[in-house]
Amino acid sequence: MSERGTEIDRERRRLLGAAAGAGVALVAPAVVVRALETTPRDAPVDGRVRWGLAIDTAKCAAGCTACVDACARENGLDLQHPPEGAEPADWATQRAVWVRKVRLRDDQTGRETNLPLMCQHCEHPPCVDVCPTGASFKRADGIVMVDRHTCIGCRYCMMACPYKARSFIHEALSDQLSHVPRGKGCVESCNLCVHRRDFGLPSTACAEACAETGHGAILFGDLADPDSAISRFLASEPTRQIREDLALNTGVRYAGV
Amino acid sequence: MKRIVYREWRLAPARYWGILGVLAVMVGAGLLAFAYMEHEGHWVTGMNNSVVWGTPHVFAVFLIIASSGALNIASIGSVFRKPIYKPLGRLSGLLALALLAGGLMVLVLDLGRPERLVVALTNYNFKSIFAWNIFLYTGFMAIVITYLWSMADRKGDPFIRPVGVFALLWRLALTTGTGSIFGFLVARQAYDAAILGPMFVAMSFAYGLAVFVLVLMFGFAEDRRPIGARMLRRLKNLLAVFVLAVLYFTLVYHLTSAYGAKDQGLEGWLLFDGGVYTTLFWVGWILLGSLVPLGILYHPVRGAEAPWVAAACVLVILGGLAALAVVIIASQAYPLQLFPGKTILESGFLDGVGGQPAPYHPTLPELLLGFGGVGLALLITAVGVRVLQFLPESLADEVLPIDEETIEQPVAKAA
Ligand code: SF4
Ligand code: SF4
Repeated sequence: MSERGTEIDRERRRLLGAAAGAGVALVAPAVVVRALETTPRDAPVDGRVRWGLAIDTAKCAAGCTACVDACARENGLDLQHPPEGAEPADWATQRAVWVRKVRLRDDQTGRETNLPLMCQHCEHPPCVDVCPTGASFKRADGIVMVDRHTCIGCRYCMMACPYKARSFIHEALSDQLSHVPRGKGCVESCNLCVHRRDFGLPSTACAEACAETGHGAILFGDLADPDSAISRFLASEPTRQIREDLALNTGVRYAGV
Repeated sequence: MKRIVYREWRLAPARYWGILGVLAVMVGAGLLAFAYMEHEGHWVTGMNNSVVWGTPHVFAVFLIIASSGALNIASIGSVFRKPIYKPLGRLSGLLALALLAGGLMVLVLDLGRPERLVVALTNYNFKSIFAWNIFLYTGFMAIVITYLWSMADRKGDPFIRPVGVFALLWRLALTTGTGSIFGFLVARQAYDAAILGPMFVAMSFAYGLAVFVLVLMFGFAEDRRPIGARMLRRLKNLLAVFVLAVLYFTLVYHLTSAYGAKDQGLEGWLLFDGGVYTTLFWVGWILLGSLVPLGILYHPVRGAEAPWVAAACVLVILGGLAALAVVIIASQAYPLQLFPGKTILESGFLDGVGGQPAPYHPTLPELLLGFGGVGLALLITAVGVRVLQFLPESLADEVLPIDEETIEQPVAKAA
C-alpha cells in the first residue's frame, strides 16, 4: 500500500477507534484515572491516556514466576481446573494463560534472556480487525480486550494475533471472580487488569508482584504522559517492540532483547 | 441433437431410503458430536491454544470451496457457452447449495458459542473479512437458487446468462473471500503470500469438480442412466487441467516462500522434517492427490474407463483434505517466529521450545462433525434429485449438445 493509503487507513482506524471508544464510554461504567486521581465509575474511559508496560529483561530473573502467579490469582485463572478425564499433557495446551515466562538464547552470542510475554496491547491490533462481531475491541485508553458477551468463540483473533497472546476457554468454569467475567467457549487475554483501571487502582498485578520480589522488571504506566515513570524509562533506555516489522505500535516494550 | 429431458431420480424405494438412512446417520453422528463438544467444551477435541483451528475447519473449508467449484460446471455451460455442459447445470447448482450448507454447518457448530450465531448476524465488524464472508455465503445461496430457477423454468431462459455471469463473479469473490480469511493473517509466515488467493480458486475448481463427477457417476449408475464416452472424456480432461493448476500453484507457493529468507524455517520444516505434516504434504497432497490422479486421467486406456475416473476423483478429494490440513493445521503447529536469531529454551505457553511444533491430535468428535457436514451435503443432494428434476435422463453421446458454440448455432437454438 502507498504511503498515503497507509495514512488514510490510519486515519480511518483512528476514527473507528474514536467511535468504538465513544461506544464503550456509553456502555461501560468506567473511571478516568490520570495521575492517580480517581473520578466516578460512570465517567467515560479517558482517551488521553495510553496504558502500557515496559519490561526490563535485564532485571527479569530466571525461574521466577511471580508475575504469572499474581496474574492467575488476580484474574481467577487459578480457579480453572482440568476437566475430569483430561490428559495432563493435553490440558497444558488448553488451559488459559494470560502471561507466560519465556527464556531465550541468542544463537550468536549464547546470551540468555528472560522475559514475561503477554498481550502487547497493539495500537493497531490485528485481533480487533478480524473479529467478526466486534467482541474484540480496543478501549480509548489503549487496552485491548474481549467483550465476553458478544464473543462467539470463532478463534479468528487467536489466528491473527502475532504473539499468541490469547486463550480459548475449553471447558465449563465452575468458579470465577466477579470482577473478571469468564466463560466456556469464549476467548480471553491480558487486559492490563482493567478492573483496577476502572476502580482507580494503581499498577497491574504482575508489575506489583515483580516489584515485591525486588526484581522490578515490569513497569506499568501511561505512555501518553511524558512525565510518567514508564515514559521516562522508555526515553532513557533503548527498547523495542517484539515483531517490530509488523508496525503494530505495541503498548508493551522490552529493553535488552 | 435432441431436447434434454430431466427426470427425478427413480430408485426403488428400499434402495433410496437405504441411501438416505446412511446419510442421515452421518448427519446424526455429526450432531451428536456437536452436542458432546458443546456440552463438555472444546477440551474433548484435539484443538488447543496453539492449534486453534483443526479438523472441523479442514472439512468446512473443503466443503465451502468445493461448493464454489461445483457451480463451475454450470458457469462453463452458460457463461462460457459450451452447450455440452448445459445438461449438467442443474445438478451443479444443487450440489453447490448442498456443499455450502454442509460446510457452514460444520463451521457454525464448531464455534465456542454457537448459540450466539444471532450475535454474529446482527453485530458486524465491517473490517473483518469473516463478517464479509457471512454476506458472501448468504448471497451465494440466493443467487444459486435464482440461477436454478432460470435454468429450470422456461420463463427464466433469457436470464440464464446474466444470472450465470453474476453467479460466476460472486463465486470468485466467495472463494477469494474464503482464501483471504488466511491471507489476512500477516503475522503467520505461511499465509503471508499473495499466491494463496489464486491457489484457493484452483483448489475450488478441482475439488468441486471431483465431488461433482463422483456424485454424477453414482447417481447415474444407480438409476441405470448412461454417461457417454464424450461426456466422460470432457469431464476427466477438465479435472486433469484443474489438478494441474493446483499443482502449479502449489509449486509456485512453496518455491516463493522457500526463497523468501524469512520463511525458510517454515518451508524446510514442512517439506523435510514436519513429521506427519511432511507426509500429508508429499504423500497426501502431491502424490496421491495430484500425481496419481493425473496419471490415471491422462492414461490412454484407464482414463476412458469410468471406475478409474471415479478412483481419480476420490484421490483428488482425499488429496484436497490433506492439502487443507497442511494449509490450515501445519501452519499453526509451526511456532510463531517471535524472536528471530534466538532459540526458545523454556516457555510457559508452548512457544516452540527448541523449534518444536505445537501438538495436535484430532479426536473422534471432530472427525464426526466434519463427516456430518459431508453427510448433510449429500443428504440435501439426494433429496433434491429425488423430488425435483435435476438429473438429465441420459448423457449418452447422441443426445448431448455440441461441444462448442459457433456463430451458426447460437445459444437459443442449441438449447
Ligand atoms: S498482542 Fe495479540 S491479543 Fe494483544 S492486542 Fe495485539 S493482536 Fe490483540
Ligand atoms: S473468538 Fe471472540 S473475540 Fe475472537 S474473533 Fe471470534 S468473536 Fe471475536
